[in-house]
Amino acid sequence: MIKFFLMVNKQGQTRLSKYYEHVDINKRTLLETEVIKSCLSRSNEQCSFIEYKDFKLIYRQYAALFIVVGVNDTENEMAIYEFIHNFVEVLDEYFSRVSELDVSFFNTVFHGTWQAHSSPYQESIDEPPKICSALEPQQACFSPDSSFKGAASTTPIY
Amino acid sequence: MSDIVEKTLTALPGLFLQNQPGGGPAAAKASFSSRLGSLVRGITALTSKHEEEKLIQQELSSLKATVSAPTTTLKMMKECMVRLIYCEMLGYDASFGYIHAIKLAQQGNLLEKRVGYLAVSLFLHESHELLLLLVNTVVKDLQSTNLVEVCMALTVVSQIFPREMIPAVLPLIEDKLQHSKEIIRRKAVLALYKFHLIAPNQVQHIHIKFRKALCDRDVGVMAASLHIYLRMIKENSSGYKDLTGSFVTILKQVVGGKLPVDFNYHSVPAPWLQIQLLRILGLLGKDDQRTSELMYDVLDESLRRAELNHNVTYAILFECVHTVYSIYPKSELLEKAAKCIGKFVLSPKINLKYLGLKALTYVIQQDPTLALQHQMTIIECLDHPDPIIKRETLELLYRITNAQNVTVIVQKMLEYLHQSKEEYVIVNLVGKIAELAEKYAPDNAWFIQTMNAVFSVGGDVMHPDIPNNFLRLLAEGFDDETEDQQLRLYAVQSYLTLLDMENVFYPQRFLQVMSWVLGEYSYLLDKETPAEVIAKLYKLLMNDSVSSETKTWLIAAVTKLTPQAHSSDTVERLIHEFTISLDTCMRQHAFELKHLHENVELMTSLLPVDRSCEDLAVDASLSFLDGFVAEGLSQGAAPYKPHHQRQEEKLSQEKVLNFEPYGLSFSSSGFTGRQSPAGISLGSDISGNSAETGLKETNSLKLEGIKKLWGKEGYLPKKESKTGDESGALPIPQESIMENVDQTITKKDQSQVLTQSKEEKEKQLLASSLFVGLGSESTVNLLGKADTVSHKFRRKSKIKEAKSGEASSTHNMTCSSFSSLSNVAYEDDYYLNTLHDRGDKELKTFSLNSELLDSESLTELPLVEKFSNCSLSTPSLFADNSMEIFHPPQSIAASVAKESSLASSFLEETTEYIHSNAMEVCNNETISVSSYKIWKDDCLLMVWSVTNKSGLELKSANLEIFPAENFKVTEQPGCCLPIMEAESTKSFQYSVQIEKPFTEGILSGFIRPLKISSEDFGKLWLSFANDVKQNVKMSESQAALPSALKTLQQKLRLHIIEIIGNEGLLACQLLPSIPCLLHCRVYADVLALWFRSSCSTLPDYLLYQCQKVIEGS
Repeated sequence: MIKFFLMVNKQGQTRLSKYYEHVDINKRTLLETEVIKSCLSRSNEQCSFIEYKDFKLIYRQYAALFIVVGVNDTENEMAIYEFIHNFVEVLDEYFSRVSELDVSFFNTVFHGTWQAHSSPYQESIDEPPKICSALEPQQACFSPDSSFKGAASTTPIY
Repeated sequence: MSDIVEKTLTALPGLFLQNQPGGGPAAAKASFSSRLGSLVRGITALTSKHEEEKLIQQELSSLKATVSAPTTTLKMMKECMVRLIYCEMLGYDASFGYIHAIKLAQQGNLLEKRVGYLAVSLFLHESHELLLLLVNTVVKDLQSTNLVEVCMALTVVSQIFPREMIPAVLPLIEDKLQHSKEIIRRKAVLALYKFHLIAPNQVQHIHIKFRKALCDRDVGVMAASLHIYLRMIKENSSGYKDLTGSFVTILKQVVGGKLPVDFNYHSVPAPWLQIQLLRILGLLGKDDQRTSELMYDVLDESLRRAELNHNVTYAILFECVHTVYSIYPKSELLEKAAKCIGKFVLSPKINLKYLGLKALTYVIQQDPTLALQHQMTIIECLDHPDPIIKRETLELLYRITNAQNVTVIVQKMLEYLHQSKEEYVIVNLVGKIAELAEKYAPDNAWFIQTMNAVFSVGGDVMHPDIPNNFLRLLAEGFDDETEDQQLRLYAVQSYLTLLDMENVFYPQRFLQVMSWVLGEYSYLLDKETPAEVIAKLYKLLMNDSVSSETKTWLIAAVTKLTPQAHSSDTVERLIHEFTISLDTCMRQHAFELKHLHENVELMTSLLPVDRSCEDLAVDASLSFLDGFVAEGLSQGAAPYKPHHQRQEEKLSQEKVLNFEPYGLSFSSSGFTGRQSPAGISLGSDISGNSAETGLKETNSLKLEGIKKLWGKEGYLPKKESKTGDESGALPIPQESIMENVDQTITKKDQSQVLTQSKEEKEKQLLASSLFVGLGSESTVNLLGKADTVSHKFRRKSKIKEAKSGEASSTHNMTCSSFSSLSNVAYEDDYYLNTLHDRGDKELKTFSLNSELLDSESLTELPLVEKFSNCSLSTPSLFADNSMEIFHPPQSIAASVAKESSLASSFLEETTEYIHSNAMEVCNNETISVSSYKIWKDDCLLMVWSVTNKSGLELKSANLEIFPAENFKVTEQPGCCLPIMEAESTKSFQYSVQIEKPFTEGILSGFIRPLKISSEDFGKLWLSFANDVKQNVKMSESQAALPSALKTLQQKLRLHIIEIIGNEGLLACQLLPSIPCLLHCRVYADVLALWFRSSCSTLPDYLLYQCQKVIEGS
């Protein structure tokens, strides 16, 4: 079962977070700090799964952005690992070359996408909707504003 | 599915555009987005946490002003919500906005509503008070004609919904299962899945509809229903065996690429769906050969298809391997799966290696020889630079530990432990080491030293069971007394040496263990005198780094040693110093010691040597305090209130929001006895029958925070309920092992001949020491020399064998007559509580079965009518209930009327109990079997009545009842009947009792009236913590309270205590003795039910039953 989903950049700034079990807001910050710390401490030669407390972290790095999913013991790590990639592919298609800025800027869109993507929340995974635009009416009001492109890294994360 | 989502929703943007008045003024839009933009930009630009905090606090205060301003439009509100979400995501409290998020969801147009819902689902949690305010909105949106609104409402329900309000939306969501749009159906299924997770009792009546969802023509809906099935099958796999065929067919289609291309991920068809299905199959096929056989083909196919070299196929393969090893084994598949594991383990890709190790860890429990094949890889992984890989390897080694390799494995574990700093890892690993050491220790010295390491590293974070078990082990000893003494002596010696070392700090728990052992077993020493030991303990006592809890352990040890030391200055000094201690506990102990010290004779009799295991008689009722209590009460002291009662009172004072109409309180109806001055009479009651009430009170005394060390059986660590789960010895063909051994030996020979680098040699050496037990030794074990020999520290008799939970839950009944020519195999499984309404249900199941499956049930259907060889599945008493009737071919008509009169004559004998009507189980020309249930006070009596309608004698009829989990079935006397005369009726009686209280799937057959007075009701009511409330609409026929209650009494066997005006009190109990109370109140045609019980699931269940009864009638 998925416990939480995080997008954090290398500086430790949270870009997106979703918890499936209620975690106190103060504990969230602490948890996110620890999670990104343990992700950053890993090298390429080490595996993408970390044991953290009584659950497992599965992470993938895209440019400076880490996507981390916390799951419990019963989950298939590799399935989640690929699931993250699938999610990023969907985003990439939606934004055409998705970047970290998009993530922070279109927070709600991301939540919506992730929601649709992993709809049977917690218990594993659903097939991803390839085209999310139809699901995401927000786009209309948050059209990308080019003046902010410099704010965060615009390197495509995928 | 995505294709369909697209199709469904491409029609929708048109709607949005209509609702969006032209997108609004462009300038306003820019300013909104730029506010979020500037926030994001601002935060990104900052360098320190402090600055960020300042910025966000600023942002939050401006947001707070905006959201509470009356002029804020919904549109602005939506923008504010987005920023609030962002702030809260960064960890800043934005709780002031929660209520506005709910408002936005209530009032906004489509887009605003959506943001509102999203904010709610991110901000709130299940038990948040504000969530109740959302229910109305959800109900409204569910009824909306706009698909998007329905979708949003369903989404939010599947994410977050208050448990108590489920009945309000349940019928609406059930309707949505028939909706014409796939996406709505899918979301409805997910919402029901959520309900199943949080309140399974409330959705148990829609299981049939889940089956429909499973065979929905849309893949998405089907996939969603799999989540529910996975969950339900995990809880009870035997109930869904009939669906195996469907799952297999679905998987076949998925694997065969029959799904739309949209479901492909890197040209692998629906990988996550496959994984889900494989998991379900694994659960279904576990220990069930017949079911497993159905899936061999498709598993083979899956293994074959997943050849593609891509990560996601590995994920599928991993799941396949898991399933293959979970179900009833088939050698071909096992071989293939083992090959797959090899591929994983040998892969240079680190993630795959991890997966391989994980698979191997699982598989090795079934087939330890696989470890031999991969031993070199395992050794490499043991020294892998990645600690995660190392850990996984240790986990694997833990599973293959035996008496031969235990020292090496434990050493490796300890090495890892010394490097690790993470608390969770330490706790986990320390527990494992302790377990292994206890099970396989080769000798005393090693055992004590390992445990010393465990205690010093595990310190105060480890599980408290570990020191407790260790001490119990020492105290209870093993079969050999001299061995025991040696172990104890060694422990004492090693602790004394440890204490001699200067400047070493031991964790408190370790010191506690030491002090107990020294206190108990120092007498075994020859050299050191007790006085010397006392001196050492004294030194520790004076140490400031020792906690006061440990100090009490130390004093206790000193107290035990004092009688042996005769006279000791140290003791006197100690008494002198601690009688003035500021710590009350210490002072108490010191005074005890002082008084005992003055009376040596009493002391030696109180503290005998080596008697820690002997039983002490404990006066649990504390009757010696009765006089004291009575005196206190007569002087006006308040009577004792049990913990939960006090808590209840405290809670009732603290309650913030009262969701109940004020009328529902009890104060009017005479439960005031509790607080009134009648307390004195209550008090005299207590002292009157102290034996009983005293016992009750001590039971309810909460010993929280108090370490319970001594009890009736002496020293009281937790009873271990572990049984030897290490017996991984499985029936493996012997030759294969021999072969393996040969292989390894030849391998070793070869390797020795070859010149090798030194490193290699070391590894080989390590390998041979690690895998030693798996080769030759395990053959010996398998040959019959039980594994038990290797259990060095086997507990004496005191281990309570865990009840064989796997007791077969079949309940077979075999009636056979003498001359049998044709057989009737009548297989039925019906749940006790659904006996009444089986008729129609069974039909439904059938029609569904035939829809769903291409398996046997279809072919069986016509045969039911023929009655010559039928097996039909109906709901039944216990899981699998098969009855076989062999009947003579002669068909001699017998009047059914006669039979029923016979049956009723039998029932007359038992009329003092309530009984069900006779249910015909099966019937044909020669024989008829029917059953009744009689609800006796202490058990459920099942009566099977067999009528022989033929004119011939029935020579032998047996009724065989097989045990079912959680139930005890006892045969009543006079049940065997060797000969049955023509045209007569005989009955078999079986009493069914619940063996231990369990509440999963409570059976209505075990609900009994609880006859108590109104006052008792009041007292009990306050003492129960679990309550459930619900309003039920009554039908006109029973609008009056008495008639409604009468129905409940008859149908559910609740006891009516009293009816006061429009309120009624009822009580019942679940056998053997779980009480549940019900308070009813009538407003117009609505009946407000309020349940309370000591058990959390019972009220839910009863509520469901009551609803059924009242709404149904």
